[in-house]
Amino acid sequence: MKVLLVLPVIIPALTGILTLLLRRSRRAQRVLSVLGATALLGASSVILWNVQTEGIQVAQMGDWAAPFGITLVADAFSAGLITISAFVALAVAVYALRGMDVEREFFGFHTLLHLLMMGINGAFITGDLFNMYVWFEVLLIASFVLLVLGNEERQLDGAVKYVGINLVASVSFLTAIGLLYGFTGSLNFADIATSMGNIREAGLEATIAALFLVGFGIKAGLFPLYFWLPASYHTPPAPVSAIFAGLLTKVGVYSLIRIFTLLFPEPTGYTKTLLLVVAGLTMVIGVLGAVTERNVNRLLAFLVISAMGYVVMGLGFFTTLGLAGAVFYIFQDIPVKASLFLIGGVMERETGTTEIGKMGGLYTHRPLLALAFIVPAFSLAGFPPFPGFWGKLTLVQAGLETENYLIVAVALLVGALTLLVVGQLWARAFWSPAREDGLVSTDTFLQRSVLQTPIVVLAVALFAVGLYAQPLFELAHQAATNLTNTAPYIQAVLG
Amino acid sequence: MELILAVVSGLLFAASFYLLLRRNLLRFVIGIIILGNAVNLLIFTMGRLTREVPPVIPYGQKTIEGAYANPLPQALILTAIVISFGLLAFTLVLIYRNYTVSETVDADNLMASEPKRDVDLQTEDKRLPA
Repeated sequence: MKVLLVLPVIIPALTGILTLLLRRSRRAQRVLSVLGATALLGASSVILWNVQTEGIQVAQMGDWAAPFGITLVADAFSAGLITISAFVALAVAVYALRGMDVEREFFGFHTLLHLLMMGINGAFITGDLFNMYVWFEVLLIASFVLLVLGNEERQLDGAVKYVGINLVASVSFLTAIGLLYGFTGSLNFADIATSMGNIREAGLEATIAALFLVGFGIKAGLFPLYFWLPASYHTPPAPVSAIFAGLLTKVGVYSLIRIFTLLFPEPTGYTKTLLLVVAGLTMVIGVLGAVTERNVNRLLAFLVISAMGYVVMGLGFFTTLGLAGAVFYIFQDIPVKASLFLIGGVMERETGTTEIGKMGGLYTHRPLLALAFIVPAFSLAGFPPFPGFWGKLTLVQAGLETENYLIVAVALLVGALTLLVVGQLWARAFWSPAREDGLVSTDTFLQRSVLQTPIVVLAVALFAVGLYAQPLFELAHQAATNLTNTAPYIQAVLG
Repeated sequence: MELILAVVSGLLFAASFYLLLRRNLLRFVIGIIILGNAVNLLIFTMGRLTREVPPVIPYGQKTIEGAYANPLPQALILTAIVISFGLLAFTLVLIYRNYTVSETVDADNLMASEPKRDVDLQTEDKRLPA
């Protein structure tokens, strides 16, 4: 048994427990939180390295052979995701040293952050359907408490919407699991995948697929099920919004891709069309919401939705190139979204407002922040040489190959609208002159650098990936190959 | 037996959907409770109902001989019950806390996280939420 695969779950669990025990000491919590995130990044990187050199990593819990016990699997897709998530979690943990208030820290912000990471990592590396449901609930309850931490009225209101819809999503997912278990008699992904090939009952298969689509679609914020996202993501403080926007929707979309490629490998005609329609509408609605929005954090929340459309579009093509584009897009979108929300938090802090029209002067007073904003913002709009461009280019290529011209046109149009949105945001918040002389923030240079270091590091990393996208693209392509050709995955799990 | 359970599960689903569509948040929570039970019953039914011996392996043997009752759905339901119980407790506290702050359990009046409206659209409807 490979003990390494358990580490992405164990490390955040231990960090969470230790920070909870040391909750009286703010300093000890902070040190542990950053150390825990660093250790997580280390362990995830080693797993990613092992996956790259030795192929798919599998660990059977308690040495129970595959279909009976719980299996942990890391292929290129999940290993890439846990590494990038850990990177973002570290950035958020550092940012939270200054960007989080004392009360929230004493009421367990660090503990919850790490428990959330435990749930996310568990969902990424599990190879068992019911286990995935359990990890979803772990990350859900952690995110619920993170969302209401601080007890502001708008937080409670956002949380009611978020909690309500997510409970329904979980039930939809659980129903699908129950039906699939009755259908195949197994809960192991690889085992179900082998038996799905033998069973042909289109009606029930479509029902199960639809239930999965609803459950994960709510979590990923897809078109008709997205309305809770702009109602809740802007309410908590910036580090919480950043980790939510960066990771939570990606867990939903990861599960969607994993389930739909592995368990329903030959999608019935309308599933494919449905996914493409949903993708197109998600992109358009998200960007139109962002165009009309005047509040920075709500605007960013709408942009989270439109990015999910691109990923689902890649899944909808069901080709290796399309999936490679989707995976690459997810990989670069996690740091992009996280750093955008972190920058949103700094903008609010420096100018004392969240209304875009009332901001200004950031370019004169915080040039480094202004530069760091350009990278994720233009990556979002798909502007070369930023990494979002390569993701969109691959997706457009895949669309042209499969002759889905309409969705490609929609994607390009949405890219242009996104450029308009971020351009406007840049011009109004950064470029326009400040209302008074200078900014309202009284932070010292050291305090500001704690906030800006993670943002700048994320921006530099994204810029480097944009200039030299080959390694990340190769990882995405390897992940996509594993997704379309499931034989190695099944072989690795079932032995 | 399977038919009865299937019908009961369906009725629970119908009742819960009716409650989920109400504007009153407490009714929504009751809907969630019923929905959870409907799904548990569905998992139980999908695990094949058999009136056989419990799956206990006799001493000295490695497998069970003959038919046995499937224990896995029960394990799954137990987990699901525990999880939904925890989430339910959280949801009830959240709704109560939200009620003390915003003084409403009407889903349509929860507007604290939305942008301010210029016009009050709800002046004519002052009845209690259904």
